[in-house]
Amino acid sequence: MTVGLILLIVLAIALSGYVLGRRRSLRMVGGDIRKLHSLPGFYGQSVLIFAAVPALLVMLGWMLLQPPLVDRHVARLITEADIAEGSSRDLVMSDVRRIADGLDQMMAAENLSEDALQALDAGDSDIRAKLGNVGIALGSDVRSAVFEAAKVYRDSAATGRTLMTLAVIGLALTGAVFGYLRIAPEYRARNVAETSVKALLILSSFVAVLTTVGIVLSLLFESLHFFRLYPAREFFFNLTWNPQFRGGSDLGIFPLLWGTLYVSFVALVFAVPVGLMAAIYLAEYASKPVRAVAKPLIEILAGIPTIVYGLFALITIGPLLRDYFAQPLGLGASSSSVMTAGLVMGIMLIPFVSSLSDDVINAVPQAVRDGSYGLGATQSETIRQVILPAALPGIVGAILLAASRAIGETMIVVMGAGAAAKLSLNPFEAMTTITVKIVSQLTGDTEFASPETLVAFALGLSLFVVTLGLNVIALYVVRKYREQYE
Amino acid sequence: MSMPQTTGPQTGHRASKSLLEVDAGTRRRNRAEARFRSYGIAAIGVAVLALVLLVTSVLSNGLGAFRQTFVIMDITLAADTLDPSGTGDVDAMKRVSTIGYGKLLKTALIADLESRGIPTEGMSEKEIAGLLSKEAPAQLRNMVLADPSLIGQTIRFKTYATGRVDGYFKGRVSMESAERDSNVTPAQLELADRMRAKGLMSVGFNWGFLFGPDASELRPEAAGLGIAILGSAYMMILVLVLALPIGVAASIYLEEFAPQNRWTDLIEVNIANLAAVPSIVFGILGLALFINFMGLPQSAPVVGALVLTLMTLPTIIIATRASLKSVPPSIRSAALGVGASKMQTVFHHVLPLAMPGILTGTIIGLAQALGETAPLLLIGMVAFVRDFPSAPPEGFMDPAAALPVQVYNWTQRADPAFVERASGAIIVLLAFLLTMNIVAIVLRRRFERRW
Repeated sequence: MTVGLILLIVLAIALSGYVLGRRRSLRMVGGDIRKLHSLPGFYGQSVLIFAAVPALLVMLGWMLLQPPLVDRHVARLITEADIAEGSSRDLVMSDVRRIADGLDQMMAAENLSEDALQALDAGDSDIRAKLGNVGIALGSDVRSAVFEAAKVYRDSAATGRTLMTLAVIGLALTGAVFGYLRIAPEYRARNVAETSVKALLILSSFVAVLTTVGIVLSLLFESLHFFRLYPAREFFFNLTWNPQFRGGSDLGIFPLLWGTLYVSFVALVFAVPVGLMAAIYLAEYASKPVRAVAKPLIEILAGIPTIVYGLFALITIGPLLRDYFAQPLGLGASSSSVMTAGLVMGIMLIPFVSSLSDDVINAVPQAVRDGSYGLGATQSETIRQVILPAALPGIVGAILLAASRAIGETMIVVMGAGAAAKLSLNPFEAMTTITVKIVSQLTGDTEFASPETLVAFALGLSLFVVTLGLNVIALYVVRKYREQYE
Repeated sequence: MSMPQTTGPQTGHRASKSLLEVDAGTRRRNRAEARFRSYGIAAIGVAVLALVLLVTSVLSNGLGAFRQTFVIMDITLAADTLDPSGTGDVDAMKRVSTIGYGKLLKTALIADLESRGIPTEGMSEKEIAGLLSKEAPAQLRNMVLADPSLIGQTIRFKTYATGRVDGYFKGRVSMESAERDSNVTPAQLELADRMRAKGLMSVGFNWGFLFGPDASELRPEAAGLGIAILGSAYMMILVLVLALPIGVAASIYLEEFAPQNRWTDLIEVNIANLAAVPSIVFGILGLALFINFMGLPQSAPVVGALVLTLMTLPTIIIATRASLKSVPPSIRSAALGVGASKMQTVFHHVLPLAMPGILTGTIIGLAQALGETAPLLLIGMVAFVRDFPSAPPEGFMDPAAALPVQVYNWTQRADPAFVERASGAIIVLLAFLLTMNIVAIVLRRRFERRW
């Protein structure tokens, strides 16, 4: 039975529980709802909750736990001798899973019965060709043990699915009956229903925490895995990045970090003055109509997806910079460069800097301005010598947030900065960043046991730590600053 | 802090001077004022200019993708080549490969040119057939297999011209570039000109770009966005179904019920930080958790949707909380005063009043999710997908593409015609985003209450 169907059945049981429960409560008091503790709807709700919640929780847990358990069970069937030269247990297991998935299609295509399948042996019939016919392409011939394991895998998965169906539907029915029988006029259905709803609310708010935990755990585990294969000292202090798929790679983060910081620096050098001046103008000088037009226009820049900026870098800014700056000046002939990515990223960051700075400048009390004007200062003198110093912590916070955004940005650098890991000062040369390498190491057919792939998790962890640090500092600075005038 | 020296008792002759006469110091200060102001205007100018440049670059590169060069030819579907067994059995006809259809197309095109009196002297048959897209034989084959009764008839067949000819009519390919290009010859372009003059070739709106599937590297003219749009739509549906209830529930708890304690603080700090985690990190989470650990299939909309849900949640929670906060406490007091429970107060009164704000925030969150690319790259949505996913719910598990990832995919291909396609796809993406944002603004304007 498919998951969707089970869900529908549980839902149907729960809904009929609601209707029946509501009706039972009314019948018990002969239609006089004043004798009930709660409104009839709450009695229905309590039955619904007893029917649906435990069943759905069990289903969720089962679906999470079953695949790893089946995997472990099947992996025991595969001995060291079954693992081909140059292969690994993980690869064999992924073959087992794919064969198991393909067996049903193969049975349909070949008109095989269940018994015939069990009798089938990889040794004497060409399983690989048969699986190929139904779209499961395998790299090598299927070994007997692997094929047997696939059969066991398929059987256990099917048994697990049947057991789950029985357990979930049984639990839903039991829950519904239990809830139904509990109904009585003095039963505090409202309290039960509301407590459960509140529990659901709390559970939802924990999703955010669970996400963070998930991010940290997945990054940490895979990074530890990586550091077991590749020394951490090399990763942090080696000055070359040169992955080789035959092993013996140099995987030093330093060139990538340099590229990331260089691109972010160029972006900030462009975005901070422009964004800050735009914010000052909008907050202090602009008339209402100008503000009403210019502010949304600038904010449109924040709503444009980064892939659009990436394409802009690739087809417009890159060639432009190459033809009019890099080549005439003899600085390079590549259209993807630190400058390209930095400039385009700078455009993307303008609205971040400007809207955050706008907020902090507006938060400076009018009395401070009036005091300065009263002493004879001009408007720009007031801004430079009174308002900006007062708003400085907030502006610093805004810049830090923009920096964290720049460091974590992916698409612009993937399409605009290049792929060569280099340590160079020339901004017209192609360089690469941490995010670019995460993408390039993890896309395509990857094998999860090699350090060349796992390094992406270590890079991700570094990225996460750096951006998180910047954010925490920025939020702290901004919050401290806000308190100043509240 | 240095104040400008404009006044001071030490300047002795000061009394003799009129206040209306501007002295050097004041002039300097006024100039500084004007300069500072112009910096501000310049900054806004730079920002707006960047926006204009961005939009014009995308539009000028991408509008061409919506128009396409077609060849419209008469072709006789000869029964002896297409149905050698003569039984009309579709399975038997499937044995005729696209090569057979290619030959048929070639002879038909040459015959057509001849009957309309278009000269082709000096060109080989291969060159003439090269004007047709490599997709044409497959297109014709699918057409015949879907409707075997066509065999034996003479039909009017409309198909794509090759990408280079299309580029020639759009100004991307010129006679000079054709000299150097191994894929097209100037003679072919001249023939294309003559064919267009005689109506054998025409340029028209290309529905295939919006609804067709992607095509391989060698046939940019046939590449379409259909699967990408469908995949994005699937993901948006799932994100809406998952993120809206979870986000609203979380916000209600935090805003209305949560006690002031360490746990609440932890959750709030978490949400604030999640909003600023780089999107690629969510991609890594998706890869490690949903694909490697839970064993969900790669490139499936359901995985993309889960990742995007986690990314969108902070946006929705922040918007919902702001919106709940703006409902005045008097509403709550009134409801509590007539005997409603806390839960009833929130669900019957506060939530409906906050709904416009919540929906606006949700739409903006969805718009963000729609344009997100980096996490989808990591969960395998870059794969080349040629088959449409089936209808939901099974379709959620089928491999699909997504709009922004399709753009990235096309920029990675060698043929310059794909740059035009990528920009065209960006226009489609921006059109969706614009629509969503306009809906959000209209919602806010129409339903937002000021208390």
